Amino acid sequence: MHLSGARVMTEFVQKPAGPGRSPVYALVGNPNCGKSTLFNALTGLKQKVGNYPGVTVEKKIGTTYSQHGRPITVIDLPGTYSLAARSPDEAIVRDVLFGRRADIAQPDRIICIVDTTNLERNLYLVHQVLDLGRPVILVLNMMDLATNAGLDLRVARLEHELGIPVIPCEAVNSKGVLELRLAMSRADLPLPRHRWDIPAPIAPAVAELQASLVENDGKQPLIARAEALLLLTDQNPVRVAGSMPLSERTSAILAGWKKRWEGEGVDWSGTLVKSRYDAITRLCAEVVQRAASTGPGASDRIDSVVVHPLWGWLVLGAIMTVLFLSIFTLAEYPMNWIDAQVATLGAWVKGVMPPGDLRDLITDGAIAGVGGVVVFLPQILILFFFLGLLESTGYMARAAFIMDRLMSRVGLNGKSFIPLLSSYACAIPGIMATRTIEDTKDRLVTILVAPLMSCSARLPVYLLMIAALLPGDRVSVGAKVGLMLLMYALGTFGAFGFAWLFKKYLLKGEPPLMIMELPPYRLPRMKDVLFHMLERAGLFLRRAGTIILGISIVLWFLTAYPRHPGSATPQEQIAHSFAGTAGRVLEPVIKPLGFDWRIGIGLVTSFAAREVFVSSMAVVFSVDHFEGGKHADITPLRTALKAAIWPDGRPLFTPLVCLTLMIYYVFAMQCMSTVVVVKRETNSWRWPLFQTAYMTGTAWLVCFVVFQGGRTLGF
Amino acid sequence: MASTLKLSQLPVGARATIREFPGHGPAFLRLREMGVLPGTAITLMRTAPLGDPLEVRVRGYNLTLRKSEAEHVVVELAGGQ
Repeated sequence: MHLSGARVMTEFVQKPAGPGRSPVYALVGNPNCGKSTLFNALTGLKQKVGNYPGVTVEKKIGTTYSQHGRPITVIDLPGTYSLAARSPDEAIVRDVLFGRRADIAQPDRIICIVDTTNLERNLYLVHQVLDLGRPVILVLNMMDLATNAGLDLRVARLEHELGIPVIPCEAVNSKGVLELRLAMSRADLPLPRHRWDIPAPIAPAVAELQASLVENDGKQPLIARAEALLLLTDQNPVRVAGSMPLSERTSAILAGWKKRWEGEGVDWSGTLVKSRYDAITRLCAEVVQRAASTGPGASDRIDSVVVHPLWGWLVLGAIMTVLFLSIFTLAEYPMNWIDAQVATLGAWVKGVMPPGDLRDLITDGAIAGVGGVVVFLPQILILFFFLGLLESTGYMARAAFIMDRLMSRVGLNGKSFIPLLSSYACAIPGIMATRTIEDTKDRLVTILVAPLMSCSARLPVYLLMIAALLPGDRVSVGAKVGLMLLMYALGTFGAFGFAWLFKKYLLKGEPPLMIMELPPYRLPRMKDVLFHMLERAGLFLRRAGTIILGISIVLWFLTAYPRHPGSATPQEQIAHSFAGTAGRVLEPVIKPLGFDWRIGIGLVTSFAAREVFVSSMAVVFSVDHFEGGKHADITPLRTALKAAIWPDGRPLFTPLVCLTLMIYYVFAMQCMSTVVVVKRETNSWRWPLFQTAYMTGTAWLVCFVVFQGGRTLGF
Repeated sequence: MASTLKLSQLPVGARATIREFPGHGPAFLRLREMGVLPGTAITLMRTAPLGDPLEVRVRGYNLTLRKSEAEHVVVELAGGQ
């Protein structure tokens, strides 16, 4: 069955939307075609970012206004090359456009945006979308770049051939956005009337599936035809939570045809893709008067350095060094400022409120908890600013390209590199950055191992332990740095080892693909980079902030209750508290690692964040006037630790115990914020709980081996 | 006689025409959908610093794929008739 084009124009003109409801638009396009920029230009700050229920795919809905000021809803769908989905993101695009999701209505109209400099491949998705039986507006983005490259396009002819409005546009300069808005405001939009020939051996199957989809799955005829074509193209469709399954009858028909073709040796899906591309090539021959020059452009010249066998590593190293230097140096000022403000606020409340449980709940629980969440923000903001910059310039894809070979050793692909690297600063943005990994299993493995990379919150613990382990100034800086590097190396090897293990046994899957576009280098648009950065930070605060605050209050409660009778020093109070009890309960478990119950208190309280261990030790070992924070003078604390003894008089913090404790912090999941973010990103408590168990279990095992082994050797 | 070889064996900078590759497997469907089809002209731009993956140019844009996929793609050197 072929689409009879002539009828389409007269019979299927979309009825004007009723007075109460404006049409809902979906915005679709390939990755790197400027879709987000157009969406931002259309909707400005009027965006709502959420999640599709049951999947971690971002749901972005914005509002724009028609020429008469009526609000129009626009759904920004993830970028995809095809409706034959290979990832959850792409599955969402497919399911929304086909009206397969119960949580979102099928969009009334579709805006397709293409990168005009790369017309043929971009038109493949458009070609699939034209089949859907909905009015479509085609936006030719990057028109200026295409013209500069020598492309001469007959827009009116393209409009005529497809039978839909075609709008040349430069989204970065907001050129063409007004015209798009005018087109979107039209009460009636024609349906596409593009014709293409379905290959003869496949046409009967399309007709039969279409009829069955209408009859058994309740689809409308046009969308049923599109769905039939997709069923015949896709070989192994990705399913996500919330998408409706096919009826048994339709599945049986599909299976029947596939079996028959397999016997006859017909490559149905390849034939369908080819006939679409044939149609696209014919269309391009009609509308393209002069093709863009395809010689080595500026991008290729840049790439000859950036992915050069030698210079490539230097460039990668330089970019990463700048990234980390800026995180560690720039983030420190706002982080210290936030710490100071939180302390000031706490002190102020302590001053104005009468002493009591409520005051302590507010200052030590709520304010400290909010501070603990907010203190992450500078790092998250800076990291996402850089990630946005790398993404929008096109370097991100090059980094993945360079690192793919190394990552493939453990069964991952190059796209896991940047999230893992970011985790050296902080696992939270690293885990949030895994959304660029299409393969669900790869993404999960990356999330599971990311917190093993030594993050900046481990530094205070490492520094304290190194100071206790190698006291005085006689020890060379080299030994201290060497010990520090050893910790980083342990975490890194741990992460790759576990990634390999998980890919091999736990989350077995096909080896990940590395079919990735290397987009041309482009100057980043600061507005979009900043927008992206603020959006991420907002998501972190909204999604993780409340839970983290709750856990902070619980942790505070554990150290503040039960109250020590009478007036107690902070040391006596914490020993008497639930946390103290927990430390004592833990002692039999951690004694084989050389830790006593007082270190146990530190392990319990530093679940809030690793650096809390340092301030907890200060309380437990009664160091007065300990300020905390990164630049605190740890000398008095170090002295106190050196003086600490077991009941039988043996020193507690022997060099071996200090080393073991550092190793414990390399592996153990001592960060509730990470747990909460993993829960948000995987949509269940299963994975964060598994992660906590395997990380802390590994920490215990490694520490056991190190401590017992070290003792046997006489340390 | 046309000189056919595997895409993974193509020298850097060489231009060729794709002749055939498997119809099944997610990698090959995705390659087709991204415009890599029998009959398409393809240029091997470079390999990654560690030799894998490859960067090719098709239909005016650049694409990466691993050698393990490129081994299954048969190409014919341009001008090799």
